[in-house]
Amino acid sequence: MLYTWPMATSGEVARPAAPVRGSRRSLGSQRTPAGDFILPVLSIGVSLLLWEAVSRSGVISQQDLPSMTASFGELWSLAQTREFWANLGYTARGWGLGLLIGTALAVPIGIVLGSSELAARAFRVPIEFMRPIPSAVLIPLLFLTIGANLRSELFLASFGAFWPLLVQTMYGVRDVDPIAIDTARSFGVGRFARLYRIKLPSAVPYIATGFRISSTVALILAFTAELFMGTPGLGQAMNFATSYGLNDQLYALALATGFLGLAIHFLTSSLEKRALRWHPSQRSETP
Amino acid sequence: MLEIKSLGKTYGSGENAVQAIADVSFTVSDGEFLCVVGPSGCGKTTLLKCIAGLLAPSRGEVLLRGRRLTGPPPEMALVFQEYSRSLMPWTSVRNNVLLPLRHKKLSRDERRRLVEEALGAVGLTRFIDHYPWQLSGGMQQRVAIARALAYQPSILLMDEPFASVDAQTRADLEDLVLQVREEFGITILFVTHDIDESVYLSDRIIVLAHAPTVVKETLPVDLPHPRDQIETKELPDFAHLRAHVYRLVRREQQPIEAAPVQPAAVAER
Amino acid sequence: MTRRTYSALAVALEIAVPLAILLAWQAWTASADNQHFPTPTTILEQFRELWLFAEFERHVLPSLIRIGAGFGIGVVLGVALGIPLGLWRRARVLAMPHIEYWRAMPPPALLPISVVLLNDIGDKQKITFIAFFCLFPVLLNTIDGVRGIEPTLLETARSYRVPARERIRRLVLPAALPQIVAGMRTSLSLAVIVMVVAEYFSSTEGVGFVLLDAKNTFRMGPMWAAILLIGLLGYLLNLLFLLAERRALAWHRGWRAATPD
Repeated sequence: MLYTWPMATSGEVARPAAPVRGSRRSLGSQRTPAGDFILPVLSIGVSLLLWEAVSRSGVISQQDLPSMTASFGELWSLAQTREFWANLGYTARGWGLGLLIGTALAVPIGIVLGSSELAARAFRVPIEFMRPIPSAVLIPLLFLTIGANLRSELFLASFGAFWPLLVQTMYGVRDVDPIAIDTARSFGVGRFARLYRIKLPSAVPYIATGFRISSTVALILAFTAELFMGTPGLGQAMNFATSYGLNDQLYALALATGFLGLAIHFLTSSLEKRALRWHPSQRSETP
Repeated sequence: MLEIKSLGKTYGSGENAVQAIADVSFTVSDGEFLCVVGPSGCGKTTLLKCIAGLLAPSRGEVLLRGRRLTGPPPEMALVFQEYSRSLMPWTSVRNNVLLPLRHKKLSRDERRRLVEEALGAVGLTRFIDHYPWQLSGGMQQRVAIARALAYQPSILLMDEPFASVDAQTRADLEDLVLQVREEFGITILFVTHDIDESVYLSDRIIVLAHAPTVVKETLPVDLPHPRDQIETKELPDFAHLRAHVYRLVRREQQPIEAAPVQPAAVAER
Repeated sequence: MTRRTYSALAVALEIAVPLAILLAWQAWTASADNQHFPTPTTILEQFRELWLFAEFERHVLPSLIRIGAGFGIGVVLGVALGIPLGLWRRARVLAMPHIEYWRAMPPPALLPISVVLLNDIGDKQKITFIAFFCLFPVLLNTIDGVRGIEPTLLETARSYRVPARERIRRLVLPAALPQIVAGMRTSLSLAVIVMVVAEYFSSTEGVGFVLLDAKNTFRMGPMWAAILLIGLLGYLLNLLFLLAERRALAWHRGWRAATPD
């Protein structure tokens, strides 16, 4: 029935030896702006040195893993060539145009489908089926039909970029606060004006997120098209390096592609953050 | 049993330093129901967190049975104001109450018994397998109290636990706490801004001053036990005590225009 | 129009539109008679011939195993790394530059390197490659999930002296789970495409290989059958995942509905 309350015996008091520390996430952790800058730089530096050490020590042969200095050295040499920058430009072009076309198609269609419940439902099944298809599977088909050229690359990139943005736009337009809409209607605001003044601005964060996702997809597909079909660009250069066993170049190109990806990601994330500034609640990607 | 000696807490340093608590000292006796009252922003929550061992004080110390606290001690249980945020929504009421018991050296049956008895004591046996969010606010706070009880602490710390529930529920919960104290004989340190509540519940009241935050006065509450929501509150002594505390607190409440800098208000949480 | 007519119309459209698309596709391919675009019926025939069940064991199974293993390993690593990084700011600051770099790297760019580095084009290379890229969405989401945990919950656990291991197992992990699961969903679709690309690049069997082989031998039948299979795979895996998620996170929906933000 009633359980007795044991008076704390001396052994149960906070053990004097080891003070109970709270989660290290507490306010106590020092936060210095200098630290925030130095630590990441240090971290990068250490891993680069590690790379150098692992390669030079022969744990993984230098053939398979060129040293950090060799790879960056090669990258530097490449950067002196016009060809490298041309390739970079081609990949960026594939990404940019693919993303542009995809956006130009996805956003208007998304708005139309998002505004009309009937239209959204009518096309729900086809969209749900097309969405999960990895665009890369179309590469052999494109190769055999359109051929190994820019058009294929652009088709691929825009096809891939289209779907995430379409879905995000649809969701963004539909997810408007119904109270805002009802208020507008009660004030006699017309249908088009409602769309333009309320639904669209409220959909912008979703579209911005979709844009970032589509951008990632577009870059991957542009590169993949180059790698597998041989259209000009970094992917093709990598294909070349692979075929001729030029591992230094291979690593250098991978580094370069990584930096390109980083730059693009930074660009689209910044855009996304700006669009989200006014809508702190709407941040997650669609289900 | 519990000694708070010259406790002080300052956040930040240099120019941006915010003093939440200046110098607070008092003691809590075994089995006592002690209320701490003060105007808003005087650092009551900070005080409680320091006493509970969750925050390290900047000055002074907290002694539990003569030993200095360096972290949350095993004999204390804390009940927060925001009950819904202190309960785990992904599991049942039973498992919520069970959480603090899991690391105690008890057998499975004993744990089960403690959980069921604690929930029985707060009247929630029927809801033992519900999710917390399926319950009303008052019931969720009962779950939090049951969790504290199952832990078998010698001291229960409560931080404005009934501030977020409606008046009716609050009255029920107040009586629950009194009843629990009767049944289990625990010491209770209760922080509140509700003056009526503090007089109704306590054996002793500590009134805090504001900017700087120190103990302004300590009042014994000699009202008869058992307390009753209607009868106790009809007593003239109740009215006197209440008025006295009110005056103390009101004098402390600075109008916002008069004092341009309110550092303690910022530091409350 | 009335509510009922509206619903009826919607349902009718939901059925009619996909059907219409299919029929149009069939009609167009039949009349165009282009060898690159066989009719849907032909594709289905090829699909049945190949995957049910002649080549299932030889190609589909290895691909599925690779997806499964790569996804599994990626998720486990993502969560295992994400929890400490979510809890400890300093660790996060140190790890962030690396995470940011690798998550932005297009997976195909590392394909040749993965072959060269691991000296393998079999399961080892494939699974490692898939796991590596599945890691990141889960990792990032875990970090977000952990960081977003209700501070009062953590404080409560601290006040009850719940030891760190228990805290992580019973508090941090369940609290971050909705977010983690969102990351897992992304990783799953990533796993499919990364697998295909990896097999297409260098493999001796697998669905991606079938795709490559079909291209090399100019056989459209197997190519389309492979395309259909991969699309179906992505769809089914996503569906299964959604069902599992629904069960695992039933509490989450109820809780969100009951709690005003």
